[in-house]
Amino acid sequence: MHCRGKLKMHKKEEVRLVGRAAPPDPRLSFACTQIRTAAIVILLASTAAGAQEMTAIGPGEGALNVVAWEGYMQDDWAKPFEQQTGCKLHHKYAGSSDEMVALMRQGGGGLYDLVSASGDASLRLIFGRNVAPINISLIPAWKDFVPDLQSPSFNTVKGVHFGVSYEWGPNVLLWNTDKIKPPPDSWAAIYNQANAGQITVPDNAIQIADAALYLSKAKPDLGITDPFELTQSQMDAVVALLQQQKALLKKYWSLASDAVDLFRNGDAAIGAAWPYMTNTLRDAGAHVAETIPREGATGWADSWMLSAHAQHPNCAYMWINFVTTPHVQAQQALSFGETPANTKACADMDKLAAGSCAKYHADAPADYFKRISFWKTPVRQCGNGESTCLDYSAWQQAWQLVKG
Amino acid sequence: MSASISSLRGFAGRRPWVATTVLLALPATWFVVFYLAALVSLFVSAFWQVDSLTGDIVHVWTLDNFRLLLSEPTYRHVALRTVFLAASVTLTDAVLAWPFALFMVRHAGTRTRTALMAAVTVPLWCSYLARVYAWRLILSHDGALNWALHVLHLPDQKIAYTNWAIWLVFSYLWLPFMILPVAAALERISPTLLEASADLGASEFTTLRRVLLPLAVPGLVAGSIFTFSLTLGDFITPMLVGGAGSDFIGNVVYASVGVANNVPFAAAFAVLPLLVMAAYLLLARRLGAFEAL
Repeated sequence: MHCRGKLKMHKKEEVRLVGRAAPPDPRLSFACTQIRTAAIVILLASTAAGAQEMTAIGPGEGALNVVAWEGYMQDDWAKPFEQQTGCKLHHKYAGSSDEMVALMRQGGGGLYDLVSASGDASLRLIFGRNVAPINISLIPAWKDFVPDLQSPSFNTVKGVHFGVSYEWGPNVLLWNTDKIKPPPDSWAAIYNQANAGQITVPDNAIQIADAALYLSKAKPDLGITDPFELTQSQMDAVVALLQQQKALLKKYWSLASDAVDLFRNGDAAIGAAWPYMTNTLRDAGAHVAETIPREGATGWADSWMLSAHAQHPNCAYMWINFVTTPHVQAQQALSFGETPANTKACADMDKLAAGSCAKYHADAPADYFKRISFWKTPVRQCGNGESTCLDYSAWQQAWQLVKG
Repeated sequence: MSASISSLRGFAGRRPWVATTVLLALPATWFVVFYLAALVSLFVSAFWQVDSLTGDIVHVWTLDNFRLLLSEPTYRHVALRTVFLAASVTLTDAVLAWPFALFMVRHAGTRTRTALMAAVTVPLWCSYLARVYAWRLILSHDGALNWALHVLHLPDQKIAYTNWAIWLVFSYLWLPFMILPVAAALERISPTLLEASADLGASEFTTLRRVLLPLAVPGLVAGSIFTFSLTLGDFITPMLVGGAGSDFIGNVVYASVGVANNVPFAAAFAVLPLLVMAAYLLLARRLGAFEAL
């Protein structure tokens, strides 16, 4: 009881400090957790005020350790970076946001300097004190970013930048055009008995949101308004759908290369994937197509975040500056099939592949932006003032139970 | 240099405990620090929890991890799947290894024997991952096996990304670990026993059944320790060749540490194979497997 009294006060303070972006985590059973959460937020704010961020980029340290999504460290731009800066790149590809968070926390957090965190990982890293504030004045390309991505709530807390936006894009429906006819236009295709034994979906708890998004349109009476805000009864319906789906699956893919193999070797013919796989498969001569189905799609908006215990901060700033230049932004966008944060990249995209700027909506992103439900970390607060939603640890558990 | 060694030898010779201490200090330290301490910290952390927001470990004693493990049928299924497949792989390898080892040791000439021994051990020189990926290529829908079946006008196999694929790949991977101890056990059987058996009028088959097989049991059990424990602790093969619903205990542990950052829950689940193996080793000791190693 003593704790509860204090809790309210701190909660208010917390909201004032960080606003919508920092929902407290009320999952833990013991009563004083929220006080600790609030204390962390206060500590965080004081850290930020203490201005630990860099004031100038010094000489490189000769190395840089990066955790990134597969396809983010391609030789096309990694090699020129190494030649220009002398920073030798070591990368570790992660298959999910959870894995990224876990990697950045391992070994006290000093193992990796940078991470390409999506919106569902970034806040966990900020509140876990795993990432350091970034001095945005040292990132010249930042002023050319899409306004929505300059200080988005998923990487900027109370005016302090903990990340630099990079690229964003949708999770698409991918299929083999020889085997799946006619072309599907609904996510129903990956829950359909007709495709049994040739479906693949990511092995990732956030995949629950894809099923929720589909159900929000297919079963409107469930009342799902945001696929990342699910009550227990909504989650039960989603889990039931996912358990049905499991019987139809060939495999849950955990690495992008796994998904590519499945499609290339004919084991899978349809599934949830990234545009990166479409591009890779087409390069290999496979007959595949992708779409954002009529229900819309989930998607990601990634930020480069600097570890709080980075061993090579100068190389890290150099990397962020290198990959936010229009040319690399365009290379990355075309290679992965996503949209750059830097608006100046449009011309470079068209130079590399005619018409690609319009194709990826890099010229007029506002409308396209709205069709994507961006990954965010599920929390107890539902967004409608209620606290009946399930938080991410409940999602992770539900996912393990679906997988069996 | 040699003077100092001989003086040390003289010193140790007069005080035998010094030699023993020096000899044992390093392995003993290694055992205590890296083996026992790791096990103890694993066991202790199984009683802690993780703060889901910050990812910090909360040092409050709780049985919640074990309660979740026991109450949730999914984890029971995962554990049973793991133990069942480990047992199936062990049985398969025992059945395959027995005639192979018997032929190699008792019937093959010296050159054939060397060639067979090389055939058994050469795959061990090749990367484990390469061998698993090779199986993935063989079994996949457009892979080598279906191609061969197609040429022979036989129907396609569909075992890629199923538990059958896991069973097949494990049985292949660990077969040498069964063949070698069985062959060693068979080799140790004195020829005089076989001659005595024949002199007493036993047929070849009776000798095989009543002399060779019982005497080779310790070798089979020793091999089964390898095949069983290697399968029980693996997570890479299920990840690469398994399908939907193929998670092993190792996969749940890996996901708990590498994905959910929940070391305490992983530790709690990891205690289970430890208990299974302890029970198995006790049984193996009673069957005389340790003398065959």
